[in-house]
Amino acid sequence: MIAWLGWRLVSFVATLLVASLVVFLVMEVLPGDPASVMLGMGARPESLAALRAQMGLDEPLLQRYVFWVARLLVGDFGRSYTYSVPVAELIGQRVLISAPLAILAIGLSTLLAIPLGVHAASRRGRAGDVAVMGVAQIGVSVPNFWLGLLLILCFAVWLPWLPAGGFAGWDKGVWPGLRSLILPAVALALPQAAILARVTRSSVLDVLRADYVRTALAKGVSPRRALWRHAVPNALIPVVTIIGLQFSFLLAGTIIIENVFSLPGLGRLIFQAIAQRDLIVVEDMVVLLAGSVILVNLLVDLVYAVIDPRLAQGEAR
Amino acid sequence: MIRRGRAAGLIIGGLLSAAIFLVTAVSFFWTPYSPTAIAILERLQGPSAAHWLGTDPFGRDVASMLMVGAQNSLTVALVGVTIGLVLGVAFGTVAAARGGVLDALLMRVSDIAFAFPALLTAVMLTALFGPDGGILLRGIGITTIPTWATGMASGLNAMLAIGIFNIPVFARITRGAAMSLWKREFVTAARAAGRSDASVTWVHILPNLASVLIVQVTIQFALAIVAEAGLSYVGLGTQPPNPSWGRLLYDSQTFIDKAPLLAIFPGLAITLAVLGLNLLGDGLRDLLDPRLRIVRYGTERKAA
Repeated sequence: MIAWLGWRLVSFVATLLVASLVVFLVMEVLPGDPASVMLGMGARPESLAALRAQMGLDEPLLQRYVFWVARLLVGDFGRSYTYSVPVAELIGQRVLISAPLAILAIGLSTLLAIPLGVHAASRRGRAGDVAVMGVAQIGVSVPNFWLGLLLILCFAVWLPWLPAGGFAGWDKGVWPGLRSLILPAVALALPQAAILARVTRSSVLDVLRADYVRTALAKGVSPRRALWRHAVPNALIPVVTIIGLQFSFLLAGTIIIENVFSLPGLGRLIFQAIAQRDLIVVEDMVVLLAGSVILVNLLVDLVYAVIDPRLAQGEAR
Repeated sequence: MIRRGRAAGLIIGGLLSAAIFLVTAVSFFWTPYSPTAIAILERLQGPSAAHWLGTDPFGRDVASMLMVGAQNSLTVALVGVTIGLVLGVAFGTVAAARGGVLDALLMRVSDIAFAFPALLTAVMLTALFGPDGGILLRGIGITTIPTWATGMASGLNAMLAIGIFNIPVFARITRGAAMSLWKREFVTAARAAGRSDASVTWVHILPNLASVLIVQVTIQFALAIVAEAGLSYVGLGTQPPNPSWGRLLYDSQTFIDKAPLLAIFPGLAITLAVLGLNLLGDGLRDLLDPRLRIVRYGTERKAA
């Protein structure tokens, strides 16, 4: 277990380093370095040279990469070229919108999907199963940003219950802020729930065929208890993995959904940075988001090892 | 044996996909109106005999815009998946044939690639090459684009981002399936008869990968259509004034209270195309190889 944990952590750090190197090389070495992109094509050579010197672009490549990573590690993301404030400050404000939104969406989709998936599996082939899977088939085909528009139409335009967009802020209390996140979270959660319900159903069906479930039934355990006590906990292991693997899709979805609902989160920050050619912000954000995907995958592996120690032992061999 | 429900899915999926492709093909030769013809007096009309799906705020015919939008959306998605298929299959077959360091390297690289959803790649490409990828095109010496291709070309960043995302997807599937083929008797026999690795791959491995790849292409194509629409919605895909399904949704948002149908039709087009391809993919899998494991929406952990 400890050997597995050590190996997993080393590979986590290595993956992070290589991912950051890729972003660094793409953003700084491909034609059009940050300074020339920022100043545009008509830039005077002397102002370009001055900006390059100010940004440290004249230093050797390896040195720049090492310094950049070192600064990222201590939370120094550099200064935004357009906002003239530390990038870390900008990101800090916006994480307070994006992170709760993503967590709400994951929570909502899990709460919806697991009961529905288990229900469908326990009624395999009957009306309940067909109905849930039919809805799920459509659910995986609906793009979340279109669902967002439909929700705005239903619950903000026709029934004026919730805001169509914008963010009220957390300083006025939890509810006004949360109210602005309900529709975007639902838009993200429903297509996600459709995928999870399908995975849950097939996972429960696999486990229901296992010997220990048959043994439990033979010993006189009620089918209901056999399902919830014996089958479901084991069936949830693959579901946890899928929630983790879905994280990168959720992240991309969050960025798009923030645009649908005009939420000033990380997604909006990225697009403002692109529009204003603020490459430092773009570079930091991409590394941060890719890093969060790698981190979530590490966490899922750890959760996995806790709920099913066999897996950690298998990999350490 | 194919189950009855699946057979129905295959037929519905096949018909839906065929209908979408047919309408797109027709749009190259004929649309009810010019998708760019502005008629202010006819603005924001509901569906009628003259305008089947109504008109937009500039009086343009929505049905015609959707048809031309399909050209751009489907082309970008198709080119993206093709990039992933060609490079992924190349990497996957080489890794399976050679094994060792090359194989390990490929697997590590694809682990890292999964941390970059197409959106993040598109963000980087757009920041570097401009919204329409013009800086890249000029960089490789392309300065003029034929009129009929301007819409598709403006989605260059999206094509590349979707393509890059799909390379490790296809590389892993190909590698997994090819490795199990390499252990089969007919491959051993071919090698014993003196065929080289390259020749075995070409004659025995690739043809046997076809059914796996056909199914996966269908599923990835569905995903790519959603990705293209999302990228165009946020301005990283097909550039205005060229219509695309995602762009039409973005444009509809300003008028959502006055003309809700404008927000309904493009989304419906995306959903029907994706639903059709998903049903087709599931049905084809059952038809071609019931044992085949399908990999969708990143629900696969590690190829065995």
